[in-house]
Amino acid sequence: MQATRMISGRAIPWGAKNIDTDIIIPAKWLKTVSRDGLGRGAFESVRAVPGNIFDVPANQGAPILLAGDNFGCGSSREHAAWAMLDMGLQAVIAPSFSDIFSGNAFKNGVLAVTLDEVHIARLMAVAADGAIITIDLENQVVTSDRQDRFAFAIDPFRKMCLMQGLDEIALTLAADDAISVHEARQAEDAPWLVPAQG
Amino acid sequence: MSKARTLYEKIWDAHVVARRDDGTCLIFIDRHLVHEVTSPQAFAGLAANGRQVRRPDLTLAVPDHNLPTTPRVDAAGKPIPIADAESAAQLATLEANVRSFGVPYIGAHDVRQGIVHVVGPEQGFTLPGTTLVCGDSHTAAHGALGALAFGIGTSEVEHVLATQTLWLAPSKTMAVVVEGALAPGVTAKDVILHIIGQIGTAGGTGHVIEFMGSTIRNMGMEERLTISNMAIEGGARAGLIAPDATSFAYLQGRPMAPKGAAWDAAVRHWQSLPSDADAVFDKCVPINAADIAPSVTWGTSPEDVVPITGHVPAPESFADPAKQDAARASLAYMGLNPGTAMQDIAIENIFIGSCTNSRIEDLRAAAAILRGRRKAENVRWAIVVPGSGLVKAQAEAEGLDRIFTDAGFEWREPGCSACLGMNPDKVPAGERCASTSNRNFVGRQGPGSRTHLLSPAMAAAAAVRGRLTDVREYL
Ligand code: SF4
Repeated sequence: MQATRMISGRAIPWGAKNIDTDIIIPAKWLKTVSRDGLGRGAFESVRAVPGNIFDVPANQGAPILLAGDNFGCGSSREHAAWAMLDMGLQAVIAPSFSDIFSGNAFKNGVLAVTLDEVHIARLMAVAADGAIITIDLENQVVTSDRQDRFAFAIDPFRKMCLMQGLDEIALTLAADDAISVHEARQAEDAPWLVPAQG
Repeated sequence: MSKARTLYEKIWDAHVVARRDDGTCLIFIDRHLVHEVTSPQAFAGLAANGRQVRRPDLTLAVPDHNLPTTPRVDAAGKPIPIADAESAAQLATLEANVRSFGVPYIGAHDVRQGIVHVVGPEQGFTLPGTTLVCGDSHTAAHGALGALAFGIGTSEVEHVLATQTLWLAPSKTMAVVVEGALAPGVTAKDVILHIIGQIGTAGGTGHVIEFMGSTIRNMGMEERLTISNMAIEGGARAGLIAPDATSFAYLQGRPMAPKGAAWDAAVRHWQSLPSDADAVFDKCVPINAADIAPSVTWGTSPEDVVPITGHVPAPESFADPAKQDAARASLAYMGLNPGTAMQDIAIENIFIGSCTNSRIEDLRAAAAILRGRRKAENVRWAIVVPGSGLVKAQAEAEGLDRIFTDAGFEWREPGCSACLGMNPDKVPAGERCASTSNRNFVGRQGPGSRTHLLSPAMAAAAAVRGRLTDVREYL
């Protein structure tokens, strides 16, 4: 995973609420066996409309998406995070996220930033006016080149992993002894936990 | 005296391997179900880093999402190749991965094959008090047996394969307490649709829902699986139902369940799991069973629920302006006008299947309505897709397949099918489907498809009349 400290650029002022993972990446795109190339299917139903917010020239290549409540609800498909990354989106700012989506986003280095609705409304207005938005992960603030400055909270562990681009599996395997202890205790106390074969 | 705990807290405490300062815990995973859609990138990640599957013995792989549900072998018993190249590649990748990583596998031509969430309980792979994960959000279903079960993404699939653990933050707890007897014609599906209509699709966010009360206790295991399956539509990551004599009777003798002395020891442990009488939940929602009617959805969110005797609501009838906008968009997509009686809505497609409602009890309930009847002329396409090969065999032994085909339904091979339109089973754009599945999202059953969620008996009634129909008229 790539290290992320600062994301800066145009933000797409979408604001739509309850965006589910079928909208982010429709099921027909899930047949891939690779993580790449899903950007072509990202937000397909929205982008089928000419002049849609994703494809207007001003928003091409924008790294940030501004969205409404409950972003990423629906299925657990991680393809949603891959599709967004593949179309160039590195961060979503919304008032709330579905639990599964924010976990998937984190694991793929997509920043899911939670801000108050009023602050997002303000960012929507300045973004529509062409402002540059910056997410400074180290200092936990979202700023704009129009004098805005909004602090956000993030889990310290996630912050550390994102900033250092850490591989979570390697981190966990450092606790290998504790896992082995649990397995040994389980084999002793609850041997029935290993499935009977057939 | 130790603190009173909920079922969720007891399972959580027994699986903590390590704890971080912020309260996040490394949780041991007892059961991992793998299917073809969310696993290829995870296995590729293992291979790229030279890692192994830590506990193949706690893992089980089954293909389901994009297997075609048309016959899989020809008249001579030879496998029929899968026409869609991408589906074929994904299925072949799963087979190659289970072979090279030594993961137990139930293949497409095995009678035990089916939807992961049907196969797990059916094989006795799912057990009370275990932690169970799968790269699919309806993993919540397994909570019906008292397993802490939830969907995970592909990075987490890779993490579990490599370490048999996951880092998790503890959830809040929510009790949904359903009390009383259900009226005739009201099924588990109506109960869960009603609950989601009450709490909304964000009602359970951040929580694990424990379904309790006399209505749930009096349900059989298959009904409980339908309830817990849709906990995710209520916003919760997992659903739970306390294990009891019904759960033990369901599990005893299943192929992968404990046997002999191990079974007795397991039952003793399971009996200690139900929430303590004085355990405290963060949220509690009481539901009166007598208030529940046969229910159906009108919009594109599972919370858009009305009784079948009701009408399509007007967007202005919602207090929340955001919900008004969502309702307007839903009605435009669904091609419906406010005030239309639900029973006046004509239906062209019927889908009986999915991990919510494809078990034997579901098929019996639908067949009971269809016996001696036929689908209406305007119903263009009606299919029944059993949840597993074993369900299919059982239904055939009972003659249910004949009732369905005599009624004009197609009788299919097991899989996810038209639940998500990943395989060839899709609802055409602009057409309606009365569906026993769990999601009515935009495009879920195929681009432009319009889904009305309901119970198997209600789907059968809709097939007979060609419109959404109150099943009570056929009882
Ligand atoms: S039947 Fe539908 S909801 Fe269930 S696992 Fe398959 S695709 Fe997911």
